[in-house]
Amino acid sequence: MTLVDVRTPDPKRMIPGATGDWEVIIGMEVHAQVLSRSKLFSGASTEFGKPANSNVSLVDAAMPGMLPVINEECIKQAVRTGLGLKAQINKRSLFDRKNYFYPDLPQGYQISQFKDPIVGEGKIVISLGPDRQGHFEDFEIGIERLHLEQDAGKSMHDQHPTMSYVDLNRSGVALMEIVSKPDMRSSDEAKAYMTKLRSIVRYLGTCDGNMDEGSMRADVNVSVRRPGEGFGTRCEIKNVNSIRFIGLAIEYEARRQIAILEDGGSIDQETRLFDPGKGETRSMRSKEDAHDYRYFPDPDLLPLEFDDAFIDALRADLTELPDEKKARFVSELGLSVYDASVLVSEKAIADYFEAVAEGRDGKTAANWVINDLLGALNRLGKDIEETPVSPAQLGGIIDLIKAETISGKIAKDLFEIVLTEGGDPTEIVESRGMKQVTDTGAIEKAVDEIIAANPDQVAKVKAKPTLAGWFVGQVMKSTGGKANPQAVQALVKAKLGIEEE
Amino acid sequence: MSVDLATVKRVARLARIAVTEDEANRMVGELNGILGFVEQLSEVDVTGIEPMTSVTPMTMRKRRDEVTDGDKAADVVANAPVTDHDFFLVPKVVE
Amino acid sequence: MTELTSLTIAEAREKLTAKEFTSVELTQAYLNAIEAANQVFNAYIAVTPEKALDMAKTSDKRRAGGAAGALEGIPLGIKDLFATHDVHTQACSHILDGFKPKYESTVTQNLWDDGAVMLGKLNMDEFAMGSSNETSHYGAVVNPWKAQGSNQQLVPGGSSGGSAAAVAAHLCAAATATDTGGSIRQPGAFTGTVGIKPTYGRCSRWGTVAFASSLDQAGPIARDVRDAAIMLKSMASVDAKDTTSVDLPVPDYEAALGQSLKGMRIGIPKEYRVDGMPDEIEKLWSQGIAWLKDAGAEIVDITLPHTKYALPAYYIVAPAEASSNLARYDGVRYGLRVDGKDIADMYEKTRAAGFGTEVKRRIMIGTYVLSAGYYDAYYLQAQKVRTLIKRDFELVFDAGVDAILTPATPSSAFGIADQDLAADPVKMYLNDIFTVTVNMAGLPGIAVPAGLDAKGLPLGLQLIGKPFEEETLFKTAYVIEQAAGRFTPSKWW
Ligand SMILES: [Mg+2]
Ligand SMILES: [Zn+2]
Repeated sequence: MTLVDVRTPDPKRMIPGATGDWEVIIGMEVHAQVLSRSKLFSGASTEFGKPANSNVSLVDAAMPGMLPVINEECIKQAVRTGLGLKAQINKRSLFDRKNYFYPDLPQGYQISQFKDPIVGEGKIVISLGPDRQGHFEDFEIGIERLHLEQDAGKSMHDQHPTMSYVDLNRSGVALMEIVSKPDMRSSDEAKAYMTKLRSIVRYLGTCDGNMDEGSMRADVNVSVRRPGEGFGTRCEIKNVNSIRFIGLAIEYEARRQIAILEDGGSIDQETRLFDPGKGETRSMRSKEDAHDYRYFPDPDLLPLEFDDAFIDALRADLTELPDEKKARFVSELGLSVYDASVLVSEKAIADYFEAVAEGRDGKTAANWVINDLLGALNRLGKDIEETPVSPAQLGGIIDLIKAETISGKIAKDLFEIVLTEGGDPTEIVESRGMKQVTDTGAIEKAVDEIIAANPDQVAKVKAKPTLAGWFVGQVMKSTGGKANPQAVQALVKAKLGIEEE
Repeated sequence: MSVDLATVKRVARLARIAVTEDEANRMVGELNGILGFVEQLSEVDVTGIEPMTSVTPMTMRKRRDEVTDGDKAADVVANAPVTDHDFFLVPKVVE
Repeated sequence: MTELTSLTIAEAREKLTAKEFTSVELTQAYLNAIEAANQVFNAYIAVTPEKALDMAKTSDKRRAGGAAGALEGIPLGIKDLFATHDVHTQACSHILDGFKPKYESTVTQNLWDDGAVMLGKLNMDEFAMGSSNETSHYGAVVNPWKAQGSNQQLVPGGSSGGSAAAVAAHLCAAATATDTGGSIRQPGAFTGTVGIKPTYGRCSRWGTVAFASSLDQAGPIARDVRDAAIMLKSMASVDAKDTTSVDLPVPDYEAALGQSLKGMRIGIPKEYRVDGMPDEIEKLWSQGIAWLKDAGAEIVDITLPHTKYALPAYYIVAPAEASSNLARYDGVRYGLRVDGKDIADMYEKTRAAGFGTEVKRRIMIGTYVLSAGYYDAYYLQAQKVRTLIKRDFELVFDAGVDAILTPATPSSAFGIADQDLAADPVKMYLNDIFTVTVNMAGLPGIAVPAGLDAKGLPLGLQLIGKPFEEETLFKTAYVIEQAAGRFTPSKWW
């Protein structure tokens, strides 16, 4: 591919060196495991964490005479992802063999797509921010291509002093390799790109995005240059498996390269590994093993062809993606860009929010979801999928405020009860006597008692009417917070003879 | 194009076949003989000709996404030279 | 009573149905013949007598129960390239030492489903790479034919040399074989047997050890055209496990035998009249033309201009695919392992010890033509030339030609350990000059014995057909067979 520089050098992203500023150039190849029941070319299960070689067919073990037959769902998942990346979908693509020897590569080649991938150029919009003024900076990162390929098996090196243990359970699982253009200029951008890509595939249901289990991992290409110069020599950091590590690896690698260049040295194009323990990257393969993959079309497989109807059907079923959802939340529900961004960051959160907002005020729902629900989950260390408060429960709480059955303050207590004990909010309010008191007689009695008991305060309020709030507070306290605050306020003012402005 | 001893050794390395000096020297002659024979292909005018990707004019058969295989680790490792607890064992790999 | 092993499948089928003998008796007769003669020919590299008799017994029971399949009780030999469950399957290579698969190839399963009996595994060139059956890890196969007045041992051709020799020497009723560049038709021609390579995609490749995936096709070697038709009907199928298997019903090939050739157009390609072609081959070809003309076919001269490029293109495409297909033999999951100081050393030592000279040579060529900087000049160019070769045939068929008649081989069988051929791999490769075009174009081709040369050795003619029109080949070959007669070696063993 020809590399095109689409970005203008931006001083605020530059890394200061001893001899001046440097610009870091980042491109990423992300391997995302396709969500499917069975493997790309065999009927063995893709389930994680099974006993050695139990999710293995004779095809995956490359027994002599075994042949690949493609899984239709994996093709669909790749096309869905392509559509989500606003990319060119290629109606004819080819599978190639990438030949190399490795014990966890049973065929001695990986079936991949080299010259003609299933998905061509696309883009991802990433959002950096908010800055101190609350502004976000949105820009596009180009997608070069997406292709389908087989995963390899796993080797374990710590079981035996002289032997490695090979398990082929992952061998043949479908991967999407999503290759970006070298459009990123900081570790923050790279992290935002990975976060966004992960969010998109999770929205689409094409990859579970589970980086701990290796469902998504990134090969990060890093180079540095003086602003205005052409691209420098890049190093590829292989298999980085967390978003935080992507950031750390880039920061380390960029500084390593800058130090070499500032010392008058030059960068060797090489593959490196990120060591999370040391926070360093180190060289992975020796140069004498220079790779020559001898790609050629796999003669066991015919060209992969489909028509527009196939793509259109998948497009018609495509879920609403985060960018569109965010725009809709802002324009239709009147949410702030910040709130909308938080809510669409994960599909499960957006789904939760939409269930709560259904038939209710969007902003109120957003406040409750962002401040109360997400805050509580964060405190409990739980994911949205594990929320103890269902959208129906939270919606019920909001409805009780709207109906003036409870006050906003009581609602917070109610939320805590639902969070820790569960239950139907209406019943809880009923059974625990949390209902707001709107009976004027009862409130009047309480106001009278407070006024009678505090002649000093009464005198002060006469001189300074803004102190009326003290009486309101006392009344609320004496009624256990259940009195309707508006009613209390009106009565206090009337009894003390304060004029309504 | 013709191959020399270094090329033969490089190719043998790519193919993961150990060759002795004698074998490599013999292969230089044999490979050049074969390459000389196939050289005549370059005289064919292939302008505008698509390379053959499949000799059968048909669409690729596809599978439904169902688990139909697996759970036979014993069969998978049955013929392996060295195994332990259904793992294949190989000389230690260092990255 | 005639010797049971001298019966064709069709004859045995009739007599088994008439209960003249049982499958157990027939199978035992073949096992006896193998016992007596295999050390002479080295055709079988693994005989499975217990399995054979078990299968025969079961077959007899099935027949008694009124459920006889198309090959019920017929004893067959299986080329070592086909995976047979728990039975020796090594592609006659040292690298697959001890390999006994936990699966059965689709082709052999089809045969067993039709009631056939397995006698054992047949010798072949290692990984089907060879034209003389001399590259086998298990040694050369001896052709049952000898030149008149000579005691020299001849090759049976290759790579399906064990299959051809076993059929010719009556050590099985028929055999499975495979053909990547001529490996069914050339040994068929060298042994006076009938061999058909069906259209690419007609027989499933699942469970057959791969040599060159885009060229490999299974087919039978049989004693006559009818038996070949019976065998192919059972071997062929539509297989969901092979993406390149064609989704077309398998016709009753036997029904085509005896059909008239009237109105058929037979093409005679001028490019097959190669320099230095022996007169005898020339004469045989003319004789074939005359027979077909007599049978009512119209003979037309045709041109297949890219013929001479088929063999060089083949020697790029086949080794390239083979270099990749044979990468799985790495000492990790099955077969031979030679220990090494590290993983790479283990790979290199294992593959050096496990592969024979010819296989290594082809892996080297294949690796080289695919390597960086050479792909376009070699592999890509060869695949483009392949498109042109296929187009040559399409043009001829579009112009109304129904089948093409050519010689099957440029000579009759040659001597084992021929010094001339051993010294120059390319000379050996020229054996496939008439057959390889058919693989490159994915077409069906049949070799049928048509006469003997001056030395008394069999020679064959080849018929090439349109894709999936094997019936045309069977009916035409049958006409040649009726005219030429059948050829059986005189028994010297
Ligand atoms: Mg990559
Ligand atoms: Zn990849």
